[in-house]
Amino acid sequence: MSKLPKPDQLLQGLDLHRTPEKHWMDIKPDFSPGKYCYAVDPQVMIDMGRPNLGKWQPTDEKWPLPEDWKERLLKAIRDRMERFRSFKLFMDICVRCGACADKCHFFLGTGDPKNMPVLRAELIRSVIKGEFSFFGRLFGRVAGARPLTEEVLKEWYMYFYQCTACRRCSVFCPYGIDTAEVTIIMRDILHELGIALDWAMKPLRNSHFIGNHLGLQPHTIKENIEFLMSDIAEITGLNIEVPINKKGAEVLFVTPSADFFADPGIYTFMGYVLLFHHIGLDYTISTYASEGGNFGFFNSIEFAKKLHSKIYEEAKRLKVKWILGGECGHQWRFWHQYHGTMFGPFDYLEVPKSPITGTVFEHAKYHKAVHICEFTADLIAHNKLKLDPSRNDHIVVTFHDSCNTSRGMGIFEEPRFILRNVCNNFVEMPENTIREKTFCCGSGSGLNTDEYMEIRMRGGFPRANAVEFVHKNYGVNTLVAICAIDRATLTALMKYWVPDVVVAGVHELVGNALIMEGEKERTTDLRYRPLKGMEEEV
Amino acid sequence: MYNANKVIIGIIVFLIFFAMPFWLNFGKVEALPKPELPKEEKKCIEDTDYMKAYHMKFLDEWRKTKVREGKVYYINKEGKIYKMSLQRTCMKCHDNKEKFCDRCHKNLVVQPDCWKCHLAPEEVKKWQ
Amino acid sequence: MNLIFSLIVLAILILIPLIGVGVLGLSSLFAIFIPYLAFAIFFFGLIYRIIDWARSPQPYKITTTSGQQKSLSWIKHSRLESPASSWEVYLRMFFEVFLFRSLFRNLRADFDGKRLIYGSAKWLWLGAILFHFSFLVIMIRHLRFFVNEVPSFVQKISAVDSFFQLGVPPIYITDILILAGLGFLLLRRLVDAKVNYLSYASDYFPLLLIISIALTGILMRLYVKPDLYAIKQLTYGLATFNPALPKGNLSMLFYIHLFLVSSLAAYFPFSKLVHMVGVFFSPTRNMPNDNRMSRHINPWEYPVKYVTYAEWQEKFRDVLEEAGIPIDEEWTNVAQK
Repeated sequence: MSKLPKPDQLLQGLDLHRTPEKHWMDIKPDFSPGKYCYAVDPQVMIDMGRPNLGKWQPTDEKWPLPEDWKERLLKAIRDRMERFRSFKLFMDICVRCGACADKCHFFLGTGDPKNMPVLRAELIRSVIKGEFSFFGRLFGRVAGARPLTEEVLKEWYMYFYQCTACRRCSVFCPYGIDTAEVTIIMRDILHELGIALDWAMKPLRNSHFIGNHLGLQPHTIKENIEFLMSDIAEITGLNIEVPINKKGAEVLFVTPSADFFADPGIYTFMGYVLLFHHIGLDYTISTYASEGGNFGFFNSIEFAKKLHSKIYEEAKRLKVKWILGGECGHQWRFWHQYHGTMFGPFDYLEVPKSPITGTVFEHAKYHKAVHICEFTADLIAHNKLKLDPSRNDHIVVTFHDSCNTSRGMGIFEEPRFILRNVCNNFVEMPENTIREKTFCCGSGSGLNTDEYMEIRMRGGFPRANAVEFVHKNYGVNTLVAICAIDRATLTALMKYWVPDVVVAGVHELVGNALIMEGEKERTTDLRYRPLKGMEEEV
Repeated sequence: MYNANKVIIGIIVFLIFFAMPFWLNFGKVEALPKPELPKEEKKCIEDTDYMKAYHMKFLDEWRKTKVREGKVYYINKEGKIYKMSLQRTCMKCHDNKEKFCDRCHKNLVVQPDCWKCHLAPEEVKKWQ
Repeated sequence: MNLIFSLIVLAILILIPLIGVGVLGLSSLFAIFIPYLAFAIFFFGLIYRIIDWARSPQPYKITTTSGQQKSLSWIKHSRLESPASSWEVYLRMFFEVFLFRSLFRNLRADFDGKRLIYGSAKWLWLGAILFHFSFLVIMIRHLRFFVNEVPSFVQKISAVDSFFQLGVPPIYITDILILAGLGFLLLRRLVDAKVNYLSYASDYFPLLLIISIALTGILMRLYVKPDLYAIKQLTYGLATFNPALPKGNLSMLFYIHLFLVSSLAAYFPFSKLVHMVGVFFSPTRNMPNDNRMSRHINPWEYPVKYVTYAEWQEKFRDVLEEAGIPIDEEWTNVAQK
């Protein structure tokens, strides 16, 4: 691993309006430490029944490609064009107007023109023109066409794994060209040769064989939960039990596995549990389908289907009525936009109805899965929660819209409504960096790996810069997000760029604010930090 | 083909729009109206090709020289002298506005402002 | 380099009718045959492209949601940015296609010291709107050459377009606006470093081609006048499939204009200009955000092999029992059958 430059040095010399002298087709990808992710361990690919290239790294001068690699790739490209209208269309209709150019967080943090979404797509578009089109072959570079070479392949590896599929560019594109779609499909195509990231594939294998990305075995999940419950007991004086694999529960609750195990997700998990206890929800979690997130989505769409098939088998087995999903970004993009097509119809489930308020979630009448923020917002709107927002007075909060839930689902108001009810100090970041224009954490879609730290910190810079603004001007010290990956990646990002800000989930704050029946007077929040005015009691 | 209904509707709309000239003429194809030329006079003030293309520039020039500079006569390329007057010179031979001017103008959506001040020969006859 | 290449191609395109008609006298070829061929390519080419896109299914409903989803009844959902019904999608598409709504959002990112700031950047939108709408009006105005009795809406549009009555014949407002729009779009590609870097010859060429078409048209209207009656005889004949070369003089400039228009028509289906019809197919814009309300079918969806509960329970039986997590024999028995 390389040494990461200091924050005030990282972006030195960055100029968004200067371009290289050389044509982009002549610039080779820079595989220096900190700027690329390690290639997948072949054993992982073998376990998952996929082709592999043996032991290799992208830095190798010559990649151990099979003889027929080119034919296989071209065949895969044609296949995707036949199966995905989006891909075929996006390859055809770009006019290179450049509206997307400075919308990508990776471009804003690196100034590398290949991080302009238009050029990222051009990396494959040029090959389609150069390999499949008569005029493309005839005119070559002036028409933006080039043949597929090993250099191109290296470039793909670099730049399709330097995109977090956040879709910010697609908001601004006059034709709605979605680079996320291109990136997802290109990674899928690279998979056909066995080219993948180690860090993105290992969680996938865990999730496939064990049930969740972190590889937590069922007893570990149980132990962890019990450990968190003992914290709750200490903080609130309540002994709460979390139902595990309980048959006949009304609701199956599925959340990213990081919430069971990793700081700061565990505080969000404690928030969920307090909420469910507060309203007396009849729910269960599953140790078989113990992962709401889906790393298949960043690797190969077929894997994605394998992983989440379990949720629906589990829903059938446990005979639940409907499914409640925890706070997670790509989980919800995948659930919301893909599940209905992949796993439907869901006749064995019932249209979700809140047992507390009686609200029927009409917008989920087909898929039967509800986002926890929708569920909680409904509870608060019906006055079913006893809340003391002053218990969050020790923090000043801003809300980070996660890319996937924003631009792939459209959940903007629910979490804000909850936040305004559970805390008194809520500040928005600058207008052009939130909601549908939100910036990615810079490490989503399987790039959350240590060897990639320089690019991650550059990619996360626009987000961090907006946080820094509200931190300096309004004293914001807590960045709230409804995404498990955000809770991990933003923590690293804040540590680097804005060290005084911590990252939390919405339901962690809900947990702080909930006045539980029979609880003792709280002196600390769920992280054992003293509440405002309680500093001396602790 | 997927989403066939919508795609076919789209193709139809595309054809309706871009083949508009064909549809607007559909079922009523006929010869274009021909301007009626003077029977006696065979030669205009300048040669015909020039007059066809540039008569509006030519008349505009007459207007300017006559109204602004007060000149009355125009000498053509052959040295012949004409009095610069739409009503008394041009319309003397082209004695029917409707059959000469309007046929082309209407057909090509040209709205000259000559007749805001001038009277067409047909109008003049009515008053005589 | 890319610009020079486009200029050379354009110069060749202008030379072709100059030599073809001026030197070789191939009037019929350039007045009748080539326009027919070009427009046949335009129509069949575009329909082919449309059908080609339609032959690929859109497997998943991947709306880009740029606004609040429809969820709880008391939360106002964004009808345009997160449409939940068909008519809301139509509305979104209308704004997208006719008013370039997404482009209107455009921002420009810049460093202010160490702070990233985002300013509004609507120039691209303005240039694009000027160009596209002027082009539309100009095309509608040209109907006067193709229809015997020109419909009143065309007359009205022409009247409004020449509202200022500047000169004889009066100048059209859209003629100036289209040049302003195109000029801006071209200048932008030359001046803005980022856009310049990503432009190909195939980006300059259509701009230059359309500018040349507009310029030859304006020249013919204002300065180098052709015989309009003769032109209408030709164009009306083409539109009604009774093509004949008229007696009058069509003028060299007209031949160039017509040849450039034919080139544009023939080039259209095989270039980025297909965005005109492609935009209607864009799955991130033309699909409702109703994924959890109704089912979207993927025609090639196939079953996958996954680790079933029975397999999983078998693997973890020991730890499950030890941790006191219930074992489900009932389900595994059912599953085995």
